[in-house]
Amino acid sequence: MEHIISVTVENKFGVLSRVAGLFSGRGFNIESLSVAPTLDPSMSQMTIVTSGDERIVEQIVKQLNKLIDVIKVVDLNESDFVSRETALIKVHTKAEDRAEALRIADIFRANVIDSTPSTYTIEVTGDPKKLEAIINLLQPLGIKELIRTGRVAIAREAIRPAVSQPKKLVRE
Amino acid sequence: MKLTGSEILIECLKAEGVKTIFALPGGVVLKIFDMLHQQKDIEVVLTRHEQGAGHMAEGYAKATGKAGVCLVTSGPGMTNVITALADAYMDSVPLVCISGQVSTSLIGNDAFQEADNIGLSRPCTKYNFLVKDVNDLATTMKEAFYIATTGRPGPVLVDIPKDVSLAKADFTYPSSVAIRGYNPTYEGNKWQIKQAAEAIMKAKKPVLYVGGGVVFSQAAKELLELAEMTQIPVDMTLMGLGAFPGEHPQSMGMLGMHGTYCANMAVHYSDLVIAVGARFDDRVTGKVSEFCPFAKVIHIDIDPTSIRKNIHVDIPIVGDCKAVLRELNQILRATVNGNQKDLRKPWWDQIREWQQAHPLAYQQEPDGAIKPQHVVKRLYELTKDRDPIVATDVGQHQMWTAQYFKLARPNRWLTSGGLGTMGFGFPAAMGAQAAFRDRLVLCVAGDGSIQMNMQEMATAVVSKLPVKIIILNNRFHGMVRQWQDLFYEGRYASSYLDTTPDFVKLAEAYGAVGLRAGKVGDLDAVLKEAISTDKPVVVDVPTYPYENCYPMIPAGGCNHEMILEDPPELKQRMAGVPSTGSDENKDTILTA
Repeated sequence: MEHIISVTVENKFGVLSRVAGLFSGRGFNIESLSVAPTLDPSMSQMTIVTSGDERIVEQIVKQLNKLIDVIKVVDLNESDFVSRETALIKVHTKAEDRAEALRIADIFRANVIDSTPSTYTIEVTGDPKKLEAIINLLQPLGIKELIRTGRVAIAREAIRPAVSQPKKLVRE
Repeated sequence: MKLTGSEILIECLKAEGVKTIFALPGGVVLKIFDMLHQQKDIEVVLTRHEQGAGHMAEGYAKATGKAGVCLVTSGPGMTNVITALADAYMDSVPLVCISGQVSTSLIGNDAFQEADNIGLSRPCTKYNFLVKDVNDLATTMKEAFYIATTGRPGPVLVDIPKDVSLAKADFTYPSSVAIRGYNPTYEGNKWQIKQAAEAIMKAKKPVLYVGGGVVFSQAAKELLELAEMTQIPVDMTLMGLGAFPGEHPQSMGMLGMHGTYCANMAVHYSDLVIAVGARFDDRVTGKVSEFCPFAKVIHIDIDPTSIRKNIHVDIPIVGDCKAVLRELNQILRATVNGNQKDLRKPWWDQIREWQQAHPLAYQQEPDGAIKPQHVVKRLYELTKDRDPIVATDVGQHQMWTAQYFKLARPNRWLTSGGLGTMGFGFPAAMGAQAAFRDRLVLCVAGDGSIQMNMQEMATAVVSKLPVKIIILNNRFHGMVRQWQDLFYEGRYASSYLDTTPDFVKLAEAYGAVGLRAGKVGDLDAVLKEAISTDKPVVVDVPTYPYENCYPMIPAGGCNHEMILEDPPELKQRMAGVPSTGSDENKDTILTA
């Protein structure tokens, strides 16, 4: 089963290779990995998409926790979460296809971020199914290049009853 | 006052109470050696190979319970010490390895004797540091010792570029460490410990399965109390030997691939396995799916990843063995009502039956070739009053020593368990000897494995480390030969070593003492002479080459299905081979 694991790590050199080395050394699977600094610049946030049965995922979480540079590990599958991925798709467009490409981009609420007489570069964000769908539609036009970021994910905030009255908006 | 990086390093070692380091110099660490040369608080044992330095530091650590320290140069110095780091990582040995690195300006330029020390050591260390700024050195050293010795201990590497060893900085040694990603759990969950106590009280056929964790957390006293109070039999892993007195009536000896019959039967048929500081290694469990099939499992370990890694655990307790056992004993003391002996009688009757059915055994003919087990047994009986430290290499001799040398206390047993490193024993013994100059330190080795670090004999002689090496010389890689006899129809592919070298002459060439016990009748006298000699001694004991180590669970087999003696087809094949074990058998060996 697919699991998305969110890992907070020290933002220093060599940490990525420690995490990647753990996965390769123990034969765990990485489907995607994304990493960038957090609000606190001394820490980075990794989102790792992996797969395995319950026992393997338990080991992955424990082994990640054991790494000294790892500060926090959350298996997002244990609660509700939202995830997104961005793809940049460079599409060949002959004159007669240009309108079609724009239409497809529009349907998926994607943006055209670069354009030449013979190509469009389309930026699309969504869950993997949405990305697959737009890729499938654009394929007949001819995809020249495709880059995906890998998924990032965040836990949904638990819905709690409001404990105090919301602040009134003050209008000047 | 500002100090150089090299001086800071030495001050850090002093602050950590380090008395001895094992080291070999090279270009980028010359400044460090120069400063070591000008002080008297830390003794430097110059080894002949960096692997030896690493294993010596391991032996020092295992015997003292403190971190062992080794110092090597960049490039080949580093790659040579990797085996020792990997060994220490597998067996949870606290080690601080300091490696030299080329100057920071040259890193990545393929400079002379440059290697990616951090990349090389990452998979076989608990943590590693590259010190890029001399101002970070003291903090790094403090963290290195802290990480190496706390939690589940392990090796830590500190990589120091040449310019950092020369640069100057103010020195203050930090008094405390805070690493936000590293907080080992020492106290076990109280509720879980209560569950464990209840399970122990309910169990009819419980077994304690104890490993090296008990030794490292110094929990032998607590274990003894638990075992005696509850009358539970104690199985030890290879790493756990000495955690429980070997001669104690409740000791079952070692379990696993070459464990005793009763230890394996007890764990297989038990209804509660209490694992303490052990990790359900494949050499213990055999076929995992059929390991202790009737038992509930309690697992006490400081490393959460050890729990449920290999087998299902019913009551996991993450914590330090000593702290958890103390808590557990406290609960049990209030519950146990004094009639544990009666309560456990049926279980003990069963165990005694197993013990009597298949005790450890060998046949020593008074005029025949010397049996390796007999050597270990006599060595044990002749030295046990002196509370010796015993090191081994890896192979048949290691298993026989584990079976027949019944250690009474922890920290006396130096062996390579997880990695199975041939060549470990002799340097490890020297490391222990360096820590305890007045103790008797023995090294039981094979003729194959001793040659893997024989060069350290020069270190032993020069540094006056009077280790006694007993070579069980069967002229084979014996364990390989045993597997070939059992599983490869006796084709001895690359396992026969012939009769070279002459170990007596070799010892003498190094300036050590060489002795040989050629006949059973000479054995005691030669061993006595060896242990009363105040110099490094090599005792060469030519043994019967075809002796096999039993019981044996074939790899992937079940623990209750042990091979207890040579199978009939092997006996038949061996019928034509002379049993004297003398060197005239060479032709037979080669054509067998």
